[in-house]
Amino acid sequence: MAVFPWHSRHRNYKAEFASCRLEAVPLEFGDYHPLKPITVTESKTKKVSRKGSTSSTSSSSSSSVVDPLSSVLDGTDPLSMFAATADPAATAAATDSSRKKREREDNSIIGSDFEPWASKRGEILARYTTTEKLSINLFMGSEKGKAGTATSAMSEKVRTRLEELDDFEEGSQKELLNLTQQDYVNRIEELNQSLKDAWASDQKVKALKIVIQCSKLLSDTSVIQFYPSKFVLITDILDTFGKLVYERIFSMCVDNRSVLPDHFSPENVNDTAKETCLNWFFKIASIRELIPRFYVEASILKCNKFLSKTGISECLPRLTCMIRGIGDPLVSVYARAYLCRVGMEVAPHLKESLNKNFFDFLLTFKQIHGDTVQNQLVVQGVELPSYLPLYSPAMDWIFQCISYHAPETLLTEMMERCKKLGNNALLLNSVMSAFRAEFIATRSMDFIGMIKECDESGFPKHLLFRSLGLNLALADPPESDRLQILNEAWKVITKLKNPQDYVNCAEVWVEYTCKHFTKREVSTVLADVIKHMTPDRAFEDSYPQLQSIIKKVIAHFHDFSVLFSVEKFLPFLDMFQKESVRVEVCKCIMEVFIKHQQEPTKDPVILNALLHVCKTMHDSVNALTLEDEKRMLAYLINGFIKMVSFGRDFEQQLSFYVEARSMFCNLEPVLVQLIHSVNRLAMETRKVMKGNHSRKTAAFVRACVAYCFITIPSLVGIFARLNLYLHSGQVALANQCLSQADAFFKAAISLIPEVPKMINIDGKMRPSESFLLEFLCNFFSTLLIVPDHPEHGVLSLVRELLGVIQDYTWEDNSDDKVRIYTCVLHLLSAMSQETYLYHVDKGPEAPELVGPFLLQQHPGPWGPAQQQAQPALRQPVAPGPEARLCGHQDHGEDSGIHQEAKQTARYGSSD
Amino acid sequence: MGTSLDIKIKRANKVYHAGEMLSGVVVVSGKDPVQHQGLFLTVEGTVNLQLSAKSVGVFEAFYNSVKPIQIINSTIEMVKPGKFPPGKTEIPFEFPLHVKGNKVLYETYHGVFVNIQYTLRCDMKRSLLAKDLTKTCEFIVHSAPQKGKLTPSPVDFTITPETLQNVKERALLPKFLIRGHLNSTNCVITQPLTGELVVESSEAAIRSIELQLVRVETCGCAEGYARDATEIQNIQIADGDVCRSLSVPIYMVFPRLFTCPTLETTNFKVGKARPQEDTEAALHGGPEARN
Repeated sequence: MAVFPWHSRHRNYKAEFASCRLEAVPLEFGDYHPLKPITVTESKTKKVSRKGSTSSTSSSSSSSVVDPLSSVLDGTDPLSMFAATADPAATAAATDSSRKKREREDNSIIGSDFEPWASKRGEILARYTTTEKLSINLFMGSEKGKAGTATSAMSEKVRTRLEELDDFEEGSQKELLNLTQQDYVNRIEELNQSLKDAWASDQKVKALKIVIQCSKLLSDTSVIQFYPSKFVLITDILDTFGKLVYERIFSMCVDNRSVLPDHFSPENVNDTAKETCLNWFFKIASIRELIPRFYVEASILKCNKFLSKTGISECLPRLTCMIRGIGDPLVSVYARAYLCRVGMEVAPHLKESLNKNFFDFLLTFKQIHGDTVQNQLVVQGVELPSYLPLYSPAMDWIFQCISYHAPETLLTEMMERCKKLGNNALLLNSVMSAFRAEFIATRSMDFIGMIKECDESGFPKHLLFRSLGLNLALADPPESDRLQILNEAWKVITKLKNPQDYVNCAEVWVEYTCKHFTKREVSTVLADVIKHMTPDRAFEDSYPQLQSIIKKVIAHFHDFSVLFSVEKFLPFLDMFQKESVRVEVCKCIMEVFIKHQQEPTKDPVILNALLHVCKTMHDSVNALTLEDEKRMLAYLINGFIKMVSFGRDFEQQLSFYVEARSMFCNLEPVLVQLIHSVNRLAMETRKVMKGNHSRKTAAFVRACVAYCFITIPSLVGIFARLNLYLHSGQVALANQCLSQADAFFKAAISLIPEVPKMINIDGKMRPSESFLLEFLCNFFSTLLIVPDHPEHGVLSLVRELLGVIQDYTWEDNSDDKVRIYTCVLHLLSAMSQETYLYHVDKGPEAPELVGPFLLQQHPGPWGPAQQQAQPALRQPVAPGPEARLCGHQDHGEDSGIHQEAKQTARYGSSD
Repeated sequence: MGTSLDIKIKRANKVYHAGEMLSGVVVVSGKDPVQHQGLFLTVEGTVNLQLSAKSVGVFEAFYNSVKPIQIINSTIEMVKPGKFPPGKTEIPFEFPLHVKGNKVLYETYHGVFVNIQYTLRCDMKRSLLAKDLTKTCEFIVHSAPQKGKLTPSPVDFTITPETLQNVKERALLPKFLIRGHLNSTNCVITQPLTGELVVESSEAAIRSIELQLVRVETCGCAEGYARDATEIQNIQIADGDVCRSLSVPIYMVFPRLFTCPTLETTNFKVGKARPQEDTEAALHGGPEARN
């Protein structure tokens, strides 16, 4: 067989590099450039955009490139048009010019600073729960007999139709007893759904009936603890109903020609729509019971807009008065809350009726202590201190509506009125939770005084202090009062016997303490919390609150050396004894640390504490831990490891890494990070020594390399191992640990046959070949600069690697093997050059040795991969044991290819 | 579906006053051409009287049913016999609401013993083979709003156990005092009835306060006349033990159709009695305090 003699092309890297570089062309601002972003011209007038569209051919060079999309539109860009119309409205609202304008833009009146009902909703549902059995009483059909006289007036046809409906209902909707809370919620949700269904199938009467029956449930105060939640659930249905009616009537106004604008006036509404709307109101006005009549009418309050301009402003006061007829104070206060809510949504400018609601409420306030209510409480076995807080959600809401953008004088007046009433803790609480925090904060001493005066038997005091604390967390009290406030408040808080009450209060006040005081006070507070929560392991029931205390503390103490010097912080952490909670807390701490720690640290206090924290997190990992969780933990621990630096004390640093390895052995990403860190440490050392290791540093660097060498096998991921072997080998090479580098590369080579066909990436099985290809390209690039071992013959590593590649079973139809062989060709060709393009630099003192030893040029396929793997190699390398390379002559065996490469490339200079 | 006939009145609420022009269209629609013998439109207004069995006895009520009184009745031929093309044909009509002679257009009213109703009827005469088509449609007549301002006639009232009528054992009643006022005893039918009510004191806990609207209908016949009071609607104005000495609003919208302005004619009368407030005491089965 004839052998074709192969020659490698001679290359002049310098010349090639110079010729390949792109010429830089200066670009004038405003020049045409294909990648320049298209700017949509906000066309103020039609003229401009028309011009743009006709002259589109020339537009490419002009600075305002006409967007083809906008040129299609005849006129202005719809988005900019929108912005243009929105602007005057916004300014109008800002200047508060006239009420009429505000009416039109009522959305802009309720700003984002108004806490919407939706956010209260969930809170109420979560807070007011019951374990008692509930009942739903839906008399869909049973009123037939009772209302006989009333219906007799109806025409026969209507009556039979209604009866049919009743019959239809009677099977499914009856009195439901013994429901658990969840059942109850589900039933209500079903009703909500059947309301929608009935509406969709055009059974308006049935829909109205459902709504009436639902709102009737609100007059039932049995299982009173659940009432606030019931209110929330049922008002959801009412909201749905209100929306359906409004949309229906709105859709009737839309005829073929025009769509009603959002802010229409009643003149634009056609007769049919008006008639339908009136019909609804008449129908509702004839509902017999007060409470359903009130709620249903309130729910469609918005529809008044169709009838007259003043409709809503006439309706609101009337409905407000109507509530006076509701005897039960709890029911009536919630009715008021609903009216305020609807009123705020529909006509936020009508403040008067809000105020009227409030004053009416004050008038009926004494009822709470009346006989009727007291008897009811006795029957239900509810104590006053747990009854009064039931009012809070409704009152908070009413107060919030009133105080929203209210003048200071009104607030003062309201407060005065509240003060006058006896046993006003309930009112006080709502004032504190609804009014502006600044308002409260400036008067905090007054409030503390008032709270102290409150009757002990009524509203629980800890709730009052909690509300006050919430305000103080938001707004700052006057400087001079601060300490006194804390003292006064804490005096009361610390006396609370029930650990639950105590911790709820303390949780809030911790924030205030952290905000305004030093670590001494915080430590005292934490000590107090520990003292209260430790007996009987009370902390076990209060993990959420304790967690939030920790969060507040770490949010205010960004300096961790200060944080850990807070005496009681670590003992506080010890209270988290349930593992899952402890890990949660640790995570929080680490997150804050990573976020706020700017400088690397070697503070032993921080290190000790955080190592402990990280260890806790790490130890929580077990076989059942989810991948995501592990990743998260590893991320946090890595963040910590990266932040640890002992400066020039490299040995200390290494011993830290050794310790960390023993601590975090279960988290692979942490081990990988440690290996990288140690590699970095080695390179750092090299940099400090400017490439010339002393005896001592050489030993240290070898210790680093050894660290990596024994850590890598403990990893599971095969490519992690391969890449780290390569990487560490490069580092070893750069640090003149040639035999170690050799060992790394050999280990990598021996690992290649173990690479499986498929590997698991993010839970999916993927073929591994592309990764292997990438790695091998990288590897070959490195091999260019690896000196041969004196005893193993020329290119022993390359040969070994080729052998492995040959034995590896490649995918049948892939070209990967061929690609690899091309890489090998590239390598050999590169080796055959006079000078290598890249190399491990010797130190600056011995530049003349650089020439023959290492080089670079990098042809195609392995270029990018190689770049990222090689940062270590840019540093100069001290001259050293490479002397052994010289005099190593070895021609002969193997294929012709090798011979040539070897002769020319490697040993040219040594001859 | 074959041919269908429909009447559409122009006003959505179908409310007209005497002397106004009633207009609308008759819609004939069908896939095929419709052969007919003429299309007629009839306006009819009647007062139906019925005697209640309670006041005159069952037999009398049955036999002596009073003849309906006709207020208006006229027919016109809208379309001469011929053929409607396939598809939809709209035939507009228009006529003034006038009555002949000294008759009056009473307001539409659906009561128990008195019924005043106005209908439009459209008849399509057809050949022997096909049935005649008929469609009726009610329209509503309201009397013209009163001229001149109504002078309100407010009335104050006080309810105590002593003021109650038809109580058997006055001693069993719990003590209470309710004051209040109605803004006017003469009401405009389109305006709600308004007033206020204050519970000054009540021994027993109040369960509910209700407002009852009652109509009084009187029918005259050969034997004299029958007078009946029936409930129109009942509205709760207070639920539960209301706060003492706090005024609770009285507010009732008069239901259309089922109420009408007080009316007196030779043959029948419709009037509204003063609404009544019911206070129900909390005791179960407790006595009803009634005004």
